[in-house]
This record gives sequence, structure tokens and C-alpha cells, in this order.
Amino acid sequence: MQNKITLPILTSGKSASTLPSLLSSAIDDWQADSARGSLADSTTSRVSFTLDSSLDSVNKLEQTAEQVAQRAGFDEDTTTHVAMAVREAAVNAVLHGNAYDPNKHVIASFEITSDALVVRVTDQGPGLDPDSIPDPLAPENILRGSGRGIFLIKAFMDEVHFRQLHPGTELTLIKHRRPAQPGN
Amino acid sequence: MSMKVQTRQVDGVTILDLSGRITLGEGSITVRDAVRDALAKGSNKILLNLGEITYIDSSGIGELVSAFTTVKNAGGELKLLNLTKKVHDLLQITKLYTVFDVKDDEASAISSFKK
Repeated sequence: MQNKITLPILTSGKSASTLPSLLSSAIDDWQADSARGSLADSTTSRVSFTLDSSLDSVNKLEQTAEQVAQRAGFDEDTTTHVAMAVREAAVNAVLHGNAYDPNKHVIASFEITSDALVVRVTDQGPGLDPDSIPDPLAPENILRGSGRGIFLIKAFMDEVHFRQLHPGTELTLIKHRRPAQPGN
Repeated sequence: MSMKVQTRQVDGVTILDLSGRITLGEGSITVRDAVRDALAKGSNKILLNLGEITYIDSSGIGELVSAFTTVKNAGGELKLLNLTKKVHDLLQITKLYTVFDVKDDEASAISSFKK
């Protein structure tokens, strides 16, 4: 069974302001599923958004990640780490991918499966080669004023995958749910 | 979501009391401007009090590093005071904890600046 909730495109200031209520609705659905015990092994709950290339979108995705991570049963520290990783992925998409281009969008999805939280953030930029990013821990880079975003994503998530879409890049961020956590 | 900064002078040290979030956009710019203002006014002993900082992202970390190098290049010193656990952990992960001079007591932080 897949309970896929796809939300409308949120690009204008007006519709973007409705994101919290739409998200709230999606989370309520998850809560109901969970209460019915229907978040079983084969169940996937997924919500997706299309956002404009703005700092506002970055903040909204961070807030969404925090709420979804809480819903997935992660503890406070892990929830903070997931929200930080998603923020960095969103910054990457908005700033480095789409370069704030008003004609380009960021697509994000949040999926709670029986064993993981899966977040996908996709931009419409020129593409990102993860191997080309300098190691921010290297002595020659340690005092650089930027270049730590992807490093933090990898530090905070269990799995990070890059997919080139020609054009665009999809980042998949995965955090495993531990067996002892509620909802399993 | 925003960031605030208040400036104090104690024994020749400029203390910037920061509160809120140092993130891409407004927060990072506020830190940059505050440090530049202090340098422009002739102060190159700067103590960033991060005790009320609730959140920092990679842009904010980068801004702290840039502030550190800017002040150092101007012949001064920039130190950090009162790290929250979140900020402390981030500086550890990014190997920056030993780059910065980190203090947890204001009085000893002030006296640690070169006279």
C-alpha cells in the first residue's frame, strides 16, 4: 500500500504561505495511519512540494524536515541533524543549483517508510559533481568561508545519493529509523 | 528567525552579543557587518558571544571563519564565547573548534586578549 500525498505547486507568495497547513494535513494523515497501525512494513507515506528558488523555501523545507523527522519518531538531536541536512540540501539547490532563478524550481519530497526517512531535494541547475567538492577538513581548506554544506549533509545523514538529471541534480538523504523507535 | 547583535566595550575589547540564528542571508550578513563596523571603528579585539545563538548553518560557520580571518589579517584577534552545545558540536565536526580561541567565561576571555 502506498499513501502518496502530492501537494500543489507552491510558487507564489500567497500559495507558499499555505504550506504549513498542507503539511499539517499530510502529517495528520500519517498520524491517523500510525494510529490505525497501517504504517506497516509495506506502507509508505510520501509528501512532495514544488517551491520557488528563494531563502523562504529553504526555511520552509527546514521546518518541514523538523516536523517530519519528529513524526518519524527520531529523538531531538537526530531531528535537529535531519533538519540541518535538509536545510543544507535546500541551500544547495536554491543557491548553487538554481542560483535564485525565479524560473527554476526546487522539488522536495519527504517519505516515511517502515525503516527510514527519505528526503529528496531536486534542483534545475547545471548539475553538481560531488567528487569535485574540496574536502573542507583539509588544512588548505579549513579557513575557507564556504564549502561545508555537502560535508554536513553527509555527516548528519546515514546515506546521501546524488543523481544527475541533465539538467539538474537530485539529492537523496536517508536516515534510518531504529527498531526501538515508536511507529515501527 | 532573525538575528540580533548588541555591541559592548569592556577593557578595550569589543563584545558582540549575538542572539538568534546565524544562517544564509540576514543572519550571516548581520555578523559580517557587525565585525566590519568594529574594525572600522579601530577595534581589533573582538569577542563574539554566541550564548544566545540557537542555530547556525554552513553559511553561518563560514561567516565565523571569514570574520576570524578578516580580524586576524587586520592584526587583531577574534575569539568565541559561550558556545551552545549545537554550535560546539558543529565546530567539532568541521574541525574548527581548535582553529578558534573558544572561551566560556567572559572575564577570562577579556583578559586573554593581548594588551
